[in-house]
Amino acid sequence: MEDLILTVLLTSVPLIYAATGELIAERSGVLNLGVEGMMLMGAVTAFGVSLSTGSLFLGALAGAIAGALTAGVFAIFVLGLATNQVATGLALTIFGTGLSGLAGAPFVGKAIDGMPQIAIPILSDLPFVGRILFQHDMLAYLSVVIVALVAYFLKRTRAGLVLRAVGDNHHSAHALGYSVLGVRFGAVLFGGFMAGLGGAYLPLMLTPHWAEGMTSGRGWIALALVVFASWMPWRVMVGALIFGGITIMQLAGQARGWAIPSQFLSMLPYIATIMVLVLISRNKEFALANSPACLGRIFHLGK
Amino acid sequence: MKKFLAMLAGGVMTATAGMTTAIADPMKVGFVYLTNPGDHGWTYAHEVARQEVEAHFGNKVVTSYVENVPEGPDAERVIRELARQGNEMIFTTSFGYMDPTLKVSKEFPNVKFDHLTGFKRSPNMATGNIRFHEGRYVQGVVAGLMTKSNRIGYLGSFPTPEVVQGINAFAIGMRSVNPDAEISVIWVNSWYDPVKEADAARVHIAEGADILAQHTDSPAMLQAAEKAGIHGFGQSSDMKAFAPKAQLFSSVNDWAPYYKAQIQAAMDGTWSTGDGPDHWAGNTWLGLADGYLLLTPMENMPADVKAAGEAAAAKVRGGYNIFSGPLMDNKGNEVIPAGGAFTDADWWSNFGFYAEGVIGDIPG
Repeated sequence: MEDLILTVLLTSVPLIYAATGELIAERSGVLNLGVEGMMLMGAVTAFGVSLSTGSLFLGALAGAIAGALTAGVFAIFVLGLATNQVATGLALTIFGTGLSGLAGAPFVGKAIDGMPQIAIPILSDLPFVGRILFQHDMLAYLSVVIVALVAYFLKRTRAGLVLRAVGDNHHSAHALGYSVLGVRFGAVLFGGFMAGLGGAYLPLMLTPHWAEGMTSGRGWIALALVVFASWMPWRVMVGALIFGGITIMQLAGQARGWAIPSQFLSMLPYIATIMVLVLISRNKEFALANSPACLGRIFHLGK
Repeated sequence: MKKFLAMLAGGVMTATAGMTTAIADPMKVGFVYLTNPGDHGWTYAHEVARQEVEAHFGNKVVTSYVENVPEGPDAERVIRELARQGNEMIFTTSFGYMDPTLKVSKEFPNVKFDHLTGFKRSPNMATGNIRFHEGRYVQGVVAGLMTKSNRIGYLGSFPTPEVVQGINAFAIGMRSVNPDAEISVIWVNSWYDPVKEADAARVHIAEGADILAQHTDSPAMLQAAEKAGIHGFGQSSDMKAFAPKAQLFSSVNDWAPYYKAQIQAAMDGTWSTGDGPDHWAGNTWLGLADGYLLLTPMENMPADVKAAGEAAAAKVRGGYNIFSGPLMDNKGNEVIPAGGAFTDADWWSNFGFYAEGVIGDIPG
């Protein structure tokens, strides 16, 4: 059981990163559908840098920066040139998938050692919870810290308030003298940084090799999680764990020979996501309380 | 109008190709790949064979390939395009290309189509296959002797007859040396999803499996085995680089002899898709004995296990029919009576059951 729970945590980490980053971008009013592409750019860069430098830390950092740079391309289009966010985001996914495949071609067939687990002294010796909570790799610990920081930032800081204001009513925020485009640019870059880190987790930890298109749709799950979480950071984490939990549960169910068709079990994580979305949507106030009012809307200066 | 011109151009191209063969123009052969060949796995094995074809035939053959072709409507478009470009022979290298290949084969009766692997044919569409299950039988023998927990974790891709046949061959090998061992199967419902394969491998390990086997394409499972300090088998190509301590051996597909034989037959005018009740009449379905399936050196196991594994491989090379009776399914019914055996004919309709030793039911 402990091992199954550990597997759930492991598979949830990239989703937590990517969804938390997207949450910040969306709270500033920008919908970036390019998460999948940014994750792949992060993954290929992280693997390449780790392979050539031998440092997983540098790899993770490079992956995050690659994600941010990819997001920068998106930001230049949607913020600088005011292009349609949905179309540009989709294009970013296609671009990221293609470019990462091209850049990753020399890395195919190479392997690295995955990230080591760090046991926190004393705490990791606790029965049951010790292994589950206090014996992880660096990036897994960091994901919790980042969710906490993002939650604090949004709720308790002035900068967080400004970010939310820009996302809720860009004209008012502009009238108050805040740089709408500046804030959004920063938020989109942060989103890319986190997506890159989430992508980096795949080849550094989950399965230490590079494979073309290895995210296999996890970027899209991250996007769904943001809505699922009704734009609240801790709920992103809960959502990622539920999704990861159901994914692993269906695999374990198969291993135990449950008399349910595996195709149905494979659908479970998605069915559960849709069901929760439907349930949340029944209560509009709850679902949309934190929904950024200007999400996806283009901001024109001087209008 | 544009379409008509394109068709006309295509027709002219095919016609010129046909005329010029008389003055020893190279034969054009096209390949359709599921993924980027990379340097391990299913498509890589095909790419290695294609290069060998070029080296073998020299200037008599010109090959080309299209990679990353999804199974489905896109495949049909790609195959049709290859036929239009004047390829005289087209190898489509994934199960899911079966129906698209069949459809296009009817539109181009003068082009020779060779589909790997599946079971539908037409007058100008043959089926190629390798006796993969022979390698899985040997894996089963080694796994049965190696396992301490008596639990084998198996990653299935899709529950096609061929994949079930592989699981059953593994089970038969395993049960021949260890009547207590069991196989648990997780279907990942994909040929290639490294992260999900790694997830599934970790779940197998968490559930107590100490030997892993796969019918998926990435080295993710072996990497998970390596990290957990247990063992497993590589698939399609040698995966030792990913798991030097965990890999017991890999079953390696060598398509080169098949491609060479088929292309030579096409040149000689003897290429045939076979007919009659025996599906494989006129088609080749060879394995360990003929070098279509290779096993990498057996490693990371005691000498007696290695000897038993090599003996099992020798037995198969000597013509042993893995699917000979008595064989029970995992519900306790007799599938093959003592003295009986499955022949290669209609093999795909024979595998609607799990052999004794496999846990659960075939999905769908």
